[in-house]
Amino acid sequence: MEWETVIGLEIHCQLATDSKIFSGSSTAFGSEPNSQASAVDIALPGVLPVMNLDAARMAVKFGLAVDATINERSVFARKNYFYPDLPKGYQISQFEEPIVTEGRLSITVDDKDKVIGITRAHLEEDAGKSLHEGFVDETGIDLNRAGTPLIEIVSEPDMRSAAEAVAYMRKIHALVRYLEISDGNMQEGSFRCDANVSIRPKGEKELGTRAEIKNINSFRFVEKAINHEVERQIDILEDGGEVVQETRLYDANKDETRSMRSKEDAHDYRYFPDPDLPPMILSKEFIEEVKESLPELPEAKRERFMEQYELDEKDAAALTATRETAAYFEKTVEACNGDAKTSANWINGELASYLNRNNVELEDSPVNPKALGGLIERINDKTISNKIGKTVFESMWKNGSSADDVIEQQGLKQITDSGAIEKIVDDVLASNADQAQQYRDGNEKVFGFLVGQVMQASKGKANPAQVNELLKAKLS
Amino acid sequence: MINHSLTELATALRAKEISSVELTLLFLDRIARFGDLNTFITVNEEMALEQAKAADERIAAKEATPLTGIPIAHKDIFCTKDILTTCGSKMLSNFVSPYNATIVANLANAGTVTLGKTNMDEFAMGSSNETSYFGPVKNPWDTTTVPGGSSGGSAAAVAARLAPAATGSDTGGSIRQPAAFCGVTGLKPSYGRVSRYGMIAFASSLDQAGPITRSAEDAALMLQTMASFDPKDSTSVDKVVPNYLDEFHKDLSEMTLGIPKQYFTDGVDKEVTKAVEGAIRTLKKMGADTVEVDLPNSDLGIPCYYVIAPAEASSNLSRFDGVRYGHRASEYDDLADMYAKSRSEGFGEEVKRRIMIGTYALSSGYYDAYYNKALKLRRLIVNDFAEAFEQCDLIVGPTTPTTAFELGGKADDPVAMYLNDIYTASINLAGLPAMSVPVGFDKGGRPIGMQLIGPYMDAGDILNVAHRFQRETDWHTKMPEGYE
Amino acid sequence: MSVTEKDVRYVANLARLSVSDDEVKFYADNLSRIVALVEQMNDAQTDNVEPLSHPQDAPLRLREDRVTEVDQRDDFQKVAPAASDGLYLVPKVIE
Repeated sequence: MEWETVIGLEIHCQLATDSKIFSGSSTAFGSEPNSQASAVDIALPGVLPVMNLDAARMAVKFGLAVDATINERSVFARKNYFYPDLPKGYQISQFEEPIVTEGRLSITVDDKDKVIGITRAHLEEDAGKSLHEGFVDETGIDLNRAGTPLIEIVSEPDMRSAAEAVAYMRKIHALVRYLEISDGNMQEGSFRCDANVSIRPKGEKELGTRAEIKNINSFRFVEKAINHEVERQIDILEDGGEVVQETRLYDANKDETRSMRSKEDAHDYRYFPDPDLPPMILSKEFIEEVKESLPELPEAKRERFMEQYELDEKDAAALTATRETAAYFEKTVEACNGDAKTSANWINGELASYLNRNNVELEDSPVNPKALGGLIERINDKTISNKIGKTVFESMWKNGSSADDVIEQQGLKQITDSGAIEKIVDDVLASNADQAQQYRDGNEKVFGFLVGQVMQASKGKANPAQVNELLKAKLS
Repeated sequence: MINHSLTELATALRAKEISSVELTLLFLDRIARFGDLNTFITVNEEMALEQAKAADERIAAKEATPLTGIPIAHKDIFCTKDILTTCGSKMLSNFVSPYNATIVANLANAGTVTLGKTNMDEFAMGSSNETSYFGPVKNPWDTTTVPGGSSGGSAAAVAARLAPAATGSDTGGSIRQPAAFCGVTGLKPSYGRVSRYGMIAFASSLDQAGPITRSAEDAALMLQTMASFDPKDSTSVDKVVPNYLDEFHKDLSEMTLGIPKQYFTDGVDKEVTKAVEGAIRTLKKMGADTVEVDLPNSDLGIPCYYVIAPAEASSNLSRFDGVRYGHRASEYDDLADMYAKSRSEGFGEEVKRRIMIGTYALSSGYYDAYYNKALKLRRLIVNDFAEAFEQCDLIVGPTTPTTAFELGGKADDPVAMYLNDIYTASINLAGLPAMSVPVGFDKGGRPIGMQLIGPYMDAGDILNVAHRFQRETDWHTKMPEGYE
Repeated sequence: MSVTEKDVRYVANLARLSVSDDEVKFYADNLSRIVALVEQMNDAQTDNVEPLSHPQDAPLRLREDRVTEVDQRDDFQKVAPAASDGLYLVPKVIE
């Protein structure tokens, strides 16, 4: 039978506030355990939550950016369950009345555009961390993360493949960074997702029973976890079994998902409006003010890049995929006297492939925009050829040096002195008299061979246009 | 001195007739002498004397507030830094709070002396003080009867003159009912007037702290200091605290009192009705008008309350899990067992009952029938009061349907116990201010309380009427025998 | 409606309370009586009534995003049943 995969994602994104959502503790990552866990965060008896204005502002920003409804009234609710990293025994979240509803985001997979519905995005607090390493029969609880603001972004079950899920997750990741509402740091857990995965016979309308895969914290794992889960479900159904609705955990080391025992009885969360927090009412003026503060969003930026830099859609899309790439591009263009097309080629070509091969993030690239712009300048002013440019780039990547330094140190400066080139041409013609004669006899194919010999003799430094010109003159 | 009002004590302290240290020693001695009443869970001698000494210095430096140097008692529901804070429970029997509740800080900043922490129903769940892990409190008027609850320790301590004033908390009547049973004055302010920060939560949308005193004038002084806008409490009201004593000028001829017919039924003990009617006659003689008002849903206050309060409590009490503070079972197999044993050992029967009923009301399949239904009813009850206040300035009725009952008398029947709150719980649902003032005694010499209910954020009128009533009557000055 | 023994076991588990067989019977009886009291609510007609979860109409107050807390871990952990190296300790959590 042919199966169709149905995926919905719940993305948990930490908001980049200085203090926690309901307390004045710092949200900084990596401090001593429990040193950023205040009376409110550890839920001492008698303490009360007070909502952070900027967390609300950031959620509104997100909602506006995905063309969603911003609800002027939203309500915090308690989600009740016991877990040692949840100090109050309930998580403050939003349930029936979230701050953001009905948004949408378009993704592109295999050159096809598709709109993914965003059901809702709600504000909630993060839990603490359970640490197992270094303990035998015990678990250590660190509550520094408890109370860090999150938005949980819930998609419609609109995705039909792991590739679409990854594209969507990447798009949301880029967006929250564009908006500067999250650092999106996946290693630190600032951006993670749960995937609801089900399968159904192709053509079937009704959704199959889904499994929820928890806490996936990289794009690679989303793809692997979903593919693995789909295979598991197909195996079960094709063996005549039934998929059980459950929570599963993806184990990246074993590349498998397994059932989470700890969540077995946690389905009756007894949500109710938090009596410590009256309904949150946002004024139209506030929402308008946030709207005006929005930065240029990816789609608008793409349009502008196509217009302003005369890029084609594919280049513009690649360059605006993240805020960092777009900024890198614009700085590079500035550094090379406005040569947008060449900048785009280098960034989407050589640079992208180096980043990818070496698994380096753009922010950590050893070649910065100014350096890349400098390299392009040298190509444009014919100091080096485009081909030598790639050699120079390799050294720049390795040593973090400027194009000029590499050219200087390695003597890669292009030979444009026509006297010097003429000498090489003469030498090549002298030692390849046969081939020269063949050309003169009408075999034009030999010309390429002769150019190659000249370039080789000049160690690639001779200006190819001049070589062509001189050779043609000498052979006529 | 033990019968002095707070104002009289302040005058005596300033006139150096007595020092705060002497006054504190006097009350500490009385607490020890009448220890059988079991009004205190923790007595705070050493720290109290230090505070008294500091207060004396402050008085000498002429930097005193009206409460500087006056010893008071705190209900053990309020977190007090470096002092045991048990909430009447085994769960917190080892909990030394690392911080002060806002009202504790407010009163300490004013220079009051903390004598100790008073006994209470466990987690404020009870109407008789019998659910305390530290044993029941006895009513000084008749030690075979209960003092009421949950602020029974505070009410009994003030009645027996073991403290000039005390703090209490009121979720469904926990200040007013024990005040009525103990013949003292108890005020539940409007929801949001007094910060809840540091008051261990029972039902967050209903809880409110207030004073238990021997007069309305003392209550006004206490409330003046307890009340504040607190940025740490999202439900704290950001309004200036009025000077309550200034509101004592309004003549009763300007007041119309609403008499709800639902509060004067056969369900109320005849002697209670008679005493309250007598007090209303006095108020009329003093110039007040009366009008009958209708609170059509008042019978449903208790059913509504006994859904909302336990539902909130079931969630509020989840933090007591033996992980970060409080009781942890000594033996357990695994995490789930640690939770279940610690909680089952740490909580008493009534607390467990309410956690279970609250959990039930919120659980899947029952939410709409119970919890949501109660929230709708809550709106109807709020609307009833709003309509009544279109016809009157205050509502007057009995605080409780009966006077104090025998210790153990209702312990086996939770529903009978819950019905004690019949005239008080609705007021919490609506967030209104209300006060109980003594208006007489039954044949057995047990005190009777009258309840004055005001519109939202209007405790001033209640205090004024109560104060004027107390100038005309002497019920509030009566003292149980044997506590001289 | 009466609360069954099964209901009691269910809510006790949700609330992490352990109840013996005797207690289950006892609480089933108790809770049934309370539910009977509570069901008097059905006397009231509440169609088209908006639920009210807070006694006030006031909207939520929002605070500025500022770090105001300092590290008080040592004070807080003085009252912890089990803590080591700054961590609270619990029996092993199995995920």
